[in-house]
Amino acid sequence: MKHLIPEFDAMRRRYPPGAESSLVLPCLRRIQEDRGYVADSDIAELAAYIPVPRIQVEEVLAHYTQYRRAPIGRWHLQVCHNLSCSMRGAEGALGHLQRKLGTEPGQTTADGRFTLSTAECLGSCGTAPVVMVNDAYHENMSPARIDALLQELAK
Amino acid sequence: MTGRKLIMTFPVTETSHLLADYQARGGYQTLAKALREMRPEEITKEVVASGILGHGGAAFPAGRKWGVIKLNDEQPHFLCANADEGEPGTFKDRWILENAPHLLLESMLIAAYALQVRNAFVYIRGEFDLPYRRLAAAVEEAYAAGYFGERILGTDFACDIVIYRGAGSYVCGEASALITSIEGRKGYPRNRPPRLTVRGLYQRPTVINNVETLANVTAIVARGGEAFRTVGTAKSPGTQLVSISGHVQRPGVYEVEYGYPLAKFIYEDCGGVLGGGKLKCIVPGGISTKVLTAAEIETVTYDHVSLTAAGSGVGSGGMVVIAEGTCMVRLLQILLRFYHHESCGQCTPCREGMGWMHRIIDRIVAGEGRMDDIDQLVRISKANDGTTICGMGDAAGYATLGIIAKYRDEFEYYIEYKRSRLDGRLEVPQAEFAHG
Repeated sequence: MKHLIPEFDAMRRRYPPGAESSLVLPCLRRIQEDRGYVADSDIAELAAYIPVPRIQVEEVLAHYTQYRRAPIGRWHLQVCHNLSCSMRGAEGALGHLQRKLGTEPGQTTADGRFTLSTAECLGSCGTAPVVMVNDAYHENMSPARIDALLQELAK
Repeated sequence: MTGRKLIMTFPVTETSHLLADYQARGGYQTLAKALREMRPEEITKEVVASGILGHGGAAFPAGRKWGVIKLNDEQPHFLCANADEGEPGTFKDRWILENAPHLLLESMLIAAYALQVRNAFVYIRGEFDLPYRRLAAAVEEAYAAGYFGERILGTDFACDIVIYRGAGSYVCGEASALITSIEGRKGYPRNRPPRLTVRGLYQRPTVINNVETLANVTAIVARGGEAFRTVGTAKSPGTQLVSISGHVQRPGVYEVEYGYPLAKFIYEDCGGVLGGGKLKCIVPGGISTKVLTAAEIETVTYDHVSLTAAGSGVGSGGMVVIAEGTCMVRLLQILLRFYHHESCGQCTPCREGMGWMHRIIDRIVAGEGRMDDIDQLVRISKANDGTTICGMGDAAGYATLGIIAKYRDEFEYYIEYKRSRLDGRLEVPQAEFAHG
């Protein structure tokens, strides 16, 4: 984490005085972007840097679904299975991905390339079903579009 | 057409979200007028006069919220736009963030001036990617043009803004949980009083408004509160961005003037049910509002009075169209799985109740339900109501009670015959993946 401290210092200057505690979420996001997940050493170092109690960082990591404590696949495919997506093909999309990748939701392929997950509403109901690939939304997903997506990602 | 427009007033193009286009449409002229010609309290007066209700779901009068802030009380005030859009079926704020980010920023600057706010925040859900990038680029443009920072437009007014990204938590859309989240902690809602306008972010007076509510401030100040009121109905001034999805021919975001006939909106403006099917019911405003059957919507107009009288509400503007043939038992299973997943665990009735309800509906869908399970769901829903710090547990109850009251026969059939009367269908045949 230490090499990110100049970035964190710049971030800190954008908050009003006394608001240091706010840095927990954005710093964890940056650490995860950098390392792919949040390691034990990051927790201790971030808590000391801000400074906040270590338990605050641990609680944040547990509360929010986007943080990870362990590495995942190169591509994280998240299929929204909330109401509007389920009404427009999410179950089929998820099944198609499970067959194609040979993996269940919550698992990573043996080659470490793909992690498959389900997600709750991503706010893409009008362009359902949606598959989130790392940070990007892929909307109106049909089997053909999923096949094309997997081919693109395999390159 | 769905009535007069206040937000979606321009054609969306490759460049319509950029500063130059916004300025060409008259952008930031209302800010200039406010800073040069109006005192802060005059702006709040216009917002009060407009009668605008909050567009995030609770429909609280925005002017009354602003009115709590005491000017010149020698402490910092904060303003926060709630862009944690996560109520299933809702994607309207995303439209503003992607297509009109400067409208939100101009409105926030006017609000910050009115409320004596030096530091403003936009709390945006962590999954939003394009909306975040569009908004972040707009903030950069606005700083470069001198709309943020010190001495804005040559006046004494100064304001800075931070875009704060969430990290995956539905409950953080609740205003007090949102504040806790910006303070860098797990998103637990807080008990009131004190109200957030008295003691909010970092214990300071804080106004939190939904993105769409704030986006209307520019129109309110440009036209004047009384003129704003001429749009919409007496009790529901203005318009609502309705995001419509599910089994509908033309899903998307529509700006609807309050008072517009609901059936006309669904059948004509949105093209009716996908593939020419028949309408079973709708979720009018996010899954936490009660479903309304096809017969019930016939005489409803799209506004708070009419939808409340029909037994539901405007909610978050997230409308879901449900076609005849859809299995309401499996539909409720999706909703209860969601509430269980999102319960933050702070209050016992919600922490235990959401899991309990989820286990019951799973059991019914697996063909292992007991006839008493239906009444058990009703009992838990009613017992939870009003017992928790935030409204999430209540919302799960409303959704459940609405569906069971109107489609109890489907639950009875499922339990008796251990299978769905409607083959567990969630999709209509026109969807690309036919279920089963």
